[in-house]
Amino acid sequence: MTLALREMRRRPGRFAIATVILTLIAILLMFLGGLLDGLVASSTGAFRSQQADLLVYSTSSRNSLERSRITPEVRQQVETVPGVARVGGLGSVQLGGRVPGRGPRDLVPTVLFGYELASRGLPAMPPAMGTVYADDSLRASNVTIGTTIHLGPARSAVTVAGFVSDTRYSGQGTLWGSLDTWRQVLNANRPDARVGPGVVQALVVRSGPGGTTGLPARIGQATGGAATALTIAQAIDALPGVAQQRSVFNQIIGVTVVIAVVVVALFFALLTVERTALYGVLKAIGSSSRTLFAGVVLQAVIVALIASLIGIVASLVLDALIPPGTIPFVATPVRLAASAVILVVAAVIGCTFSLRRVLRIDPAAAIGGTP
Amino acid sequence: MTTPAESAGSSGHALEMRGITKIYEVGDDEVVAVDHVDLIVASQEIVALVGPSGSGKTTLCSIAGGLLSPTDGSVVVAGQEISGYSGRQLTEFRRASVGFVFQTVNLIPFLTARENLLVVDEIGPRLGRAARDRADQLLSELGLADRAANLPAQLSGGQKQRVAIGRALMNDPGLVLFDEPTSALDSSLGDQVVHLIRDEMKARGTAAIIVTHDDRITHYADRTVTIEDGRITG
Repeated sequence: MTLALREMRRRPGRFAIATVILTLIAILLMFLGGLLDGLVASSTGAFRSQQADLLVYSTSSRNSLERSRITPEVRQQVETVPGVARVGGLGSVQLGGRVPGRGPRDLVPTVLFGYELASRGLPAMPPAMGTVYADDSLRASNVTIGTTIHLGPARSAVTVAGFVSDTRYSGQGTLWGSLDTWRQVLNANRPDARVGPGVVQALVVRSGPGGTTGLPARIGQATGGAATALTIAQAIDALPGVAQQRSVFNQIIGVTVVIAVVVVALFFALLTVERTALYGVLKAIGSSSRTLFAGVVLQAVIVALIASLIGIVASLVLDALIPPGTIPFVATPVRLAASAVILVVAAVIGCTFSLRRVLRIDPAAAIGGTP
Repeated sequence: MTTPAESAGSSGHALEMRGITKIYEVGDDEVVAVDHVDLIVASQEIVALVGPSGSGKTTLCSIAGGLLSPTDGSVVVAGQEISGYSGRQLTEFRRASVGFVFQTVNLIPFLTARENLLVVDEIGPRLGRAARDRADQLLSELGLADRAANLPAQLSGGQKQRVAIGRALMNDPGLVLFDEPTSALDSSLGDQVVHLIRDEMKARGTAAIIVTHDDRITHYADRTVTIEDGRITG
């Protein structure tokens, strides 16, 4: 072990190429992960911020908030289900917003939500008619407290009373108002999707002390199959594009990890070949294959850790430099730590390909004792 | 730590090889590298092992040092019968009981002279201060005290060979095996090294087998053993 560390300290140049390549891979890994997190965050914030256990859609909507309609009758049925503590309506409409100071055709894509049960950061009591809270990503579009935004073709006016964070939906900034505000804006701008009094798109359900065990099934039964209850995680997975984004990015990340394994495997295989004579001598004077291989693993782990550290710093710098609302990149501690762990594991796996070579080195070859 | 005399075992021999045969399988053929060899080396004895290339002298030396296991026969080093040892046991045996000096010196290039000696301690159960003291003592005795912090690249050929000898002596072995120790050295340096080997081995009472083509070594050895076609002929 000491030998391996001394070699790295005295011959850093020997490990420079592997460190540089692994650093680039670490940056790529963390950048891809950050993009995925950013994309998912910008698509799912409105749901992740819900302080609730279940979202209830109409079964016919096939788990789509936009298609779902919950009538007052169905809501009443859900409210009476044992284990349901609180129920609130939720509605949404995606509309272009005209923000003062921007050109008449320079619309800001927004999603107006009407709510009853406040999600994280919102006042428990929905704001008055025509007043909304805005996601803070809209600050990048010149939205400030007091800004009046005109939504959709009907130019329905809503005034921003405050901001909430991390509530983006479908990649767009959100506005949060009362259900009455939502209904008025929806009916004025989307005549094809008008809703009557008391109708909402979904129900936000908080469960009682018993938790959600069996609750979705009971809600389904109570509504005669008219409503389907999903956990927040299930509802997020059902959002259009989220699962596909995750799948595509995870596949790219997977390929990157495989490349990291191959790079480490090739580098340490080459290094082991170079060290054959040295290992032969060390084995001859009594070093075990296990000790020698542990040295190889230690070096691979150190190279991966240095690469990860540089990758983490680069990701944090990138996160700080990217202007809000441009590239959906988020450098989260969990993602950065996970990427570092993945890279270290990849490095260990990669250098195990050298194990057979280390085991096969014959100490007798050190003094030419084999033919 | 045992002295070389103690580690020579109850028989008083540093090495007893009886009926040693080593057969290599090369493809479908069998090559007999060593054929029924008996060799006994007394404690404190220096034996020069000579013979033409491919005669089996290096194979015999490797078997004596636990680098190779014989196909047949018995090897007792410092009282230990090693011919039936597993790979792990042989590794431990080499670390604790024999010293090697290789033809191409083979010092670890990124370690200083002192660290090259301490490698022997680092690869086994560490003795720490005792090992450091021994390394310093050996370097001093080998005239390398002022070169302890030098890397091999900063040492002359003779100094490297002395460091290699110091490394071979770190574990205080009863038997040191030298493989062509002067082949890479010029004439005067070779002379110095031959003297050094004899002086160091005799001063410590350590037995040595020196595989060589060098006539100077045969003159300094207590006994010369000639091997041809895997058999001892003289």
